[in-house]
Amino acid sequence: MNLITQFLFELQAITNLLWRSIKGLAKKPRYFSDIIVQMDQIGVGSLGIVVLTGFFTGGVLILQAYPTLAYYGAQSNAGQGVATALIRELGPVLSALMVAGRVGSAIAAELGSMVVSQQIAAMRALGTSPVRKLVTPRLIAMLICLPLLTIAADLFGLIGGGIVANQLYGLDTNTYVASVRTGTDINALLTGIIKPIFFGLLIALISCEKGLTTTGGTAGVGVSTTQAVVLSSICVIISDFFLSKLLQSALESTLF
Amino acid sequence: MVFDELRNGEVRDVEDFSREHASVIKELRQLPAIEFRDVELAFDDQIILDKVSFTVKRGETKFVLGGSGTGKSTIINLILGLLKPDAGHILIEGEDITHFDDVELMRIRQNIGMVFQEGALFDSLSVYDNVAYRLHESKTPEDEVEHEVRRMLRFVDLEAAIDKMPSELSGGMRRRVGIARALVGNPSIVLFDEPTAGLDPPTARTICELAIKLRDIEDVSSIFVTHEMNNLEYISTEYAILDREGGVHFELEGKTRCQVNTEVIMLRQGQIVFSGRDEPLRASPDPYIQRFLNGK
Repeated sequence: MNLITQFLFELQAITNLLWRSIKGLAKKPRYFSDIIVQMDQIGVGSLGIVVLTGFFTGGVLILQAYPTLAYYGAQSNAGQGVATALIRELGPVLSALMVAGRVGSAIAAELGSMVVSQQIAAMRALGTSPVRKLVTPRLIAMLICLPLLTIAADLFGLIGGGIVANQLYGLDTNTYVASVRTGTDINALLTGIIKPIFFGLLIALISCEKGLTTTGGTAGVGVSTTQAVVLSSICVIISDFFLSKLLQSALESTLF
Repeated sequence: MVFDELRNGEVRDVEDFSREHASVIKELRQLPAIEFRDVELAFDDQIILDKVSFTVKRGETKFVLGGSGTGKSTIINLILGLLKPDAGHILIEGEDITHFDDVELMRIRQNIGMVFQEGALFDSLSVYDNVAYRLHESKTPEDEVEHEVRRMLRFVDLEAAIDKMPSELSGGMRRRVGIARALVGNPSIVLFDEPTAGLDPPTARTICELAIKLRDIEDVSSIFVTHEMNNLEYISTEYAILDREGGVHFELEGKTRCQVNTEVIMLRQGQIVFSGRDEPLRASPDPYIQRFLNGK
């Protein structure tokens, strides 16, 4: 099977899974408690690594950009640069990559293990739809949690940048905050919220699909897990470019 | 339907109802629990089942024997509706389920218990929650759930393990919990997919005794897919009886009853090469059957 055919099959499987997950929402039973459990595992569980990633990314942005800005006498704009880079790009993408690594792998491994140990077949035999019980709660939890995690990463990134600017380069905190406010407009905020929703959709669907189509026993679980992380990460990075372009055009043409 | 009022809980006196509808009930009792009519299935060029026809009568245990890849587990997947046949018909208690959609199949599955090879217990749920799974899904009140779970765990003699997690159980215990889970809701059909594979002989014997109890005491129809010849030996030659105190005893065929309600079909390359009782199977001159039975 060539790469294009393979891609089209993957796309078909993922679209089909999305459709069945949405249909699952329309019918009873709805698994609200499972959504809460997943939000705890995806959201609360990933908060630490996402906050750390955001904090040090903000810090390193200032570390690298400040000397150049100082050379041109524009050091008072340091906060603006960090805010733009973090809120529009690095916050959503890095959070999505961290979550793809941590949660996407866990989802694919868990569902894959359930397939090879016949738990998915048992679930169907007991009259429960695995998509409704397992995929829909993970998808909803991801759609809610990833934007929130991204906001946390952005906030801590700005704090990290501020600390480095103040402690290493002696930039006044008020100057930094004012500069951050200049770099934070409604377009940036909307971009920073819409992107993680889309990334969350991709990560959850790819990971669930890879997990549920696991074959080849325990070795297959490893393969599915790797594929879920690699494919999710690549899709996040590629879609980020197109999404940025799309949002740029869409938001610039609006009143914002 | 005659039974709508019974299903909706509108019948006050079940005995009166049974007398009134005796002829319909008798007719329904005579319907096979499971019926395959010329079922065909192939994956790409590989033929899995080739015009397979058989019936499982009510209260009967049907052994499905055959080497690996002969389509034994496929039969179970077809009954559950997890696979669709390419041709032919599958009837469950008189209803043709061949073209049923997911919603209709869910209703059929409510009446079927499935025992998987390794138990297939949900790792993240305790024994209690595993057995209670079907009841929790149907939002049954918790006191009823607990009563039913304890009753089923007593049936498989594992009430003491109610709070354990599947990882704390031995292989045999996992299978028995799997049986308890399959029996919740009193299904009239139970499917066993190699339930004794990899178990030591005494534990395998315990699983077979449960299958015998289901057949003779609970009047459950079942399909028993296996490779193990001692499973056939136990289930086709012994039966269970209740004593006055409600204790279960196992006796050899011929002591009180003349025949146990068990038949065998043997598959080879997707076709049934033998169908009947165990004695003719053992006496068959077919080299494939003799090789399967004796290993040489």
